[in-house]
Amino acid sequence: MLGVGAYRTRSRPALGAVLPVPISEMTWQLTDEKNQSVRPADWIDRPVMVFFGFTWCPDVCPTTLSDISLWLEELGAEADRLIVALISVDPERDTPDALAAYVGNFDPRILGLTGSADEVARAASEFRMTYRRVDKDDGDYTMDHTAGVFLFYPDGRFASIIDFHEDRRFAVPKIRRTLS
Amino acid sequence: MKHLLLAATLSLTASAALACETVTVGDLSVEHGWSKVTIGAGRPGVFYVSISNSGATDDALVGISTPAAGMPMLHETVVKDGVASMPHAMSIPVPAGQSVQLSPGGYHGMLMGLTAALKEGDSFPVTLSFEKAGEVTVNVEVLSLRAEGPDCADAGQ
Ligand SMILES: [Cu+2]
Repeated sequence: MLGVGAYRTRSRPALGAVLPVPISEMTWQLTDEKNQSVRPADWIDRPVMVFFGFTWCPDVCPTTLSDISLWLEELGAEADRLIVALISVDPERDTPDALAAYVGNFDPRILGLTGSADEVARAASEFRMTYRRVDKDDGDYTMDHTAGVFLFYPDGRFASIIDFHEDRRFAVPKIRRTLS
Repeated sequence: MKHLLLAATLSLTASAALACETVTVGDLSVEHGWSKVTIGAGRPGVFYVSISNSGATDDALVGISTPAAGMPMLHETVVKDGVASMPHAMSIPVPAGQSVQLSPGGYHGMLMGLTAALKEGDSFPVTLSFEKAGEVTVNVEVLSLRAEGPDCADAGQ
């Protein structure tokens, strides 16, 4: 039978998009799921993989974190030096404890970062990603956000993005290029 | 089969094969109903399912209902310029001779107002309303937050 519906086709790269600034030039300060302060300087000399999301997100975020977990398993010990972080775009609801409960469902190498609204906004602008709150009729809200996974080399330079609808076979080679 | 499934409500001990059962209504077959664990009842749950239409008439999924959630809704995850959003889907086409998947990263049921947190191994019924075929109820299996779908031995129908 022919199928219609959800497919992961290659998405068109955003032409003329501004690249994320190097990790070494970022200035945000966030808190991880163990309540430890994290700064970009802590990530120097390590390859970095960052995804933005929020724990109230039932589809895109767990799907991406499941994919990331599979990639990390495929890379095994090779990825042990890779910093992998989910940065919440919903710091109002995503406390460090909420993030701990959430990232605990995935590969243990994945950190969950949150912080003040200002620091999250600063991180978002340095990663050149966008997010916006979408209010619903019942007073609840959801977040639209850049869904790609950002990769950086150990020296802090931006390497590439794994797009949400990109063929997942390209992901592991992209990550591997940042590891050496 | 349909009656059996209708009779099964919120049982806490689902057999692993529940999501693999197929229910039919008219020319439509519905199978692989699954969901993911939620942390507490405050966060929305998700609902995925496969629908195939063996008939000669186009149909469409126009709504879902379930005792597990006060406000279930059809959504579609859309990624535009790299930004993901999930607008409400008024109706999901199920064209004649084709199959459609509610699956991660695309169409999904969004289960807002959960009556209880969804735990791995739970199951709950979801009634799908089709424009032409009417209503059919499937049993939905709750899998881990990391799951990518139910593990069914048959390769679908
Ligand atoms: Cu949704």
